[in-house]
This record gives sequence, structure tokens and C-alpha cells, in this order.
Amino acid sequence: MADRDIKALTAEIDCPTFEHTAFTRARPLAEATVAVVTTASLHHPDQPDFVGRDTSFRVLDGNRRDWVLGHWSPNFDASGFALDPNVVLPLDRLDELAAAGRIGRVAAHHLSYAGNQFELATIQLDSGPAGAKLLLDEGVDVVLLTPV
Amino acid sequence: MCVLAHVFEAAGLVTVALGSIRSQIERTAPPRGLYCDFPLGRPLGRPNDPAFQHRVLAHALDLVERAGSPVVEQFSESIVDDGQGFVACSLPPRHDASVPAAVEEARGLRPAFDRSVALHGDRIGTRRVVAPDDIPAAVAAFVAVAEGTPWRQAGIPGVPARVAQDIRGYYETAALALADHTPAAWEATRWFVHHTEAGAAISRARDAMQVAGEKTALWFYLLPASI
Repeated sequence: MADRDIKALTAEIDCPTFEHTAFTRARPLAEATVAVVTTASLHHPDQPDFVGRDTSFRVLDGNRRDWVLGHWSPNFDASGFALDPNVVLPLDRLDELAAAGRIGRVAAHHLSYAGNQFELATIQLDSGPAGAKLLLDEGVDVVLLTPV
Repeated sequence: MCVLAHVFEAAGLVTVALGSIRSQIERTAPPRGLYCDFPLGRPLGRPNDPAFQHRVLAHALDLVERAGSPVVEQFSESIVDDGQGFVACSLPPRHDASVPAAVEEARGLRPAFDRSVALHGDRIGTRRVVAPDDIPAAVAAFVAVAEGTPWRQAGIPGVPARVAQDIRGYYETAALALADHTPAAWEATRWFVHHTEAGAAISRARDAMQVAGEKTALWFYLLPASI
């Protein structure tokens, strides 16, 4: 049994579809502020853990590296994140890209949601727009989304 | 996750979404998607491999610059889990017949768990429901279920799946201190499920709960669906 077998179990789960796909034009990356938004349920130890069907998000401090994996699904490998959080939240890599001038700067804060959700209305109408507003208010231009 | 891409983009952010399941990223069709054929849980591919992670980011950022309309592309490199490999970790010797083997094993792994936490942090479980000191007792509860005790009477200190996940996190964290290399995806999990007494106890407990007619949600998530 392998990773592909778990993927096969989830491959046909209903996915939301969008009649219209919004498309925002990017400013030059060398001037852009980049944030990461993950659905791996990461949080700092002093933040509330994610509970089942949790549609809220946690704000992650980009100056810290003490993230904890809070997802309740057993159906993904966690050892890679335990060894190197960059495999989910690549802030060290983004810092290197900023230092090299490839991107303008790395955002001060990043967001974490709980992926593998079946109830998506709240994320689509409430916590998703709230997270977007938080990032826009902090001057974020580009978001890299990483799954669990 | 791709729902967030649509929502964020509509709000005025530029997004690029990594995805590990082709059908999902293709059907949800984010504004910019990069399908990466990597094991679940490792969206940047390889831990402790900055060069590999940079190649993934380079493709993603290239999409940001290049795409003029919604697009999903595939990253050029794949990481395939063979479904067989597991970390080869020494397990503590058996010497106390007064306790179940799984309980003695959990106690014996504590030094390795502590070394791993000192090296890598405590990132993947334990302390959410069960503190490290209480892992052996939690393992004992699953041994009892495996031996026929109804789960509500076995002393499982919380929702069974959550307790099982903390036990798995404890073992996999310990494995990282015992292994002499960076394990490939699922190798630590397969060691826990197929090569430890605790993994065997939880597996048997899951079977017992299923046979007893417990709700699927109670036993199905005790271990990964297929590993």
C-alpha cells in the first residue's frame, strides 16, 4: 500500500467548481511582498489547536519557527515537516529569494487553515475573505498556497 | 485549498497554489496551479533539500510572472512512494513481563523521543491530547481494546483517533532520532504501523472496534487509510 492508494481514495471527492476564475495581474516579483498560506493546520504552540471541521485560521509569525502540525487527518506523511518545516512552509527559502532580489520581501505574517474540509461555505464567505483582508492590509501582493 | 486561491485572487491578491493530487487541482482550477507529484504532507517535495525546494518555488514564481490567464501546470520532477520502505529503527529490548510489550516499548522509546525533540522540536503530535508522560498509558488502553475491552471502558484518554494520532506522533518523532538518514515519505509511518508493538495494538484495536459494530468514524481514522 502506498501514497498513491490514499490519493486514489480522495481523488473523486467532490470539489467545488467556480464559474468564473478571478485573475489578478502581478506586479514585478522583485517589488512584491510574498506570503505563504497553508492548509496544513499549522499553529504556534501558544495558539489554539485546530478542532475537527475548524474553518478558522491562525496567523503565523514569520520570525518564529516553532510551528506545530495540527491537522487531525492521519492520511498524510508528517515526518517531513518534523524534520524540515520548509517542506510545508518554505519561509527560509523565501528569505533566500528575498536576499537574492528574486522577490521584494517576505511578509511578516502568514496564514494557516485546516484543509481537507467538506464544509466550505464558511471558508468561501467568511474566514477566507477575512484572511485575504489581513494580508492585503499588511501589503502582501503574492500568496503561495501549500496543501497538507 | 484551491477554494482559498479563488477567494484570495478575487480579493486582489496574486496566488499560486501547489497541489499534490492531480484530479483535485485540475477540477478546482485555481488561477495559477502547480501540480507536484509528491507524497501527501510534503508539498515542497524533499525535506532538508533546499535546492529541490528552490526548483519548486522557481516554477511557482515563474507561473506568477508568465501566466496571463488561469493555468495549471505540472512540476517536472516526481517523487514516488514505493509503498514498501520503512525506517529501520532499533526497538527497546523486552525485559518486564508484567506489562504489555507495547507499553514497555513506548516507555523505552522516551529517550529517543526526547533527543528528537531537542534536535527538531516537537512538531507532529503528542501534547494535543496526550502528554509524552502519558503515552504508555494510552498505548495500554489500545492494548485493552485489542484484547476485547469495549473502547469506552478501556481508558482511552480522549477521542480514539486523536489519541492514536498522538501515539503515532510520539513514535515517529522518536524514529527521527533513531534513523541515520532523512526518511522518505511514509517510511516512519510504515515502521510504526507494521513494525512496532504499539502500531500492532492500535491496528488490532481498530479491527476489534469494527467487528463490535462501532461507528466507522471512531475506528477508521485510528491509522492511515492505506499504508
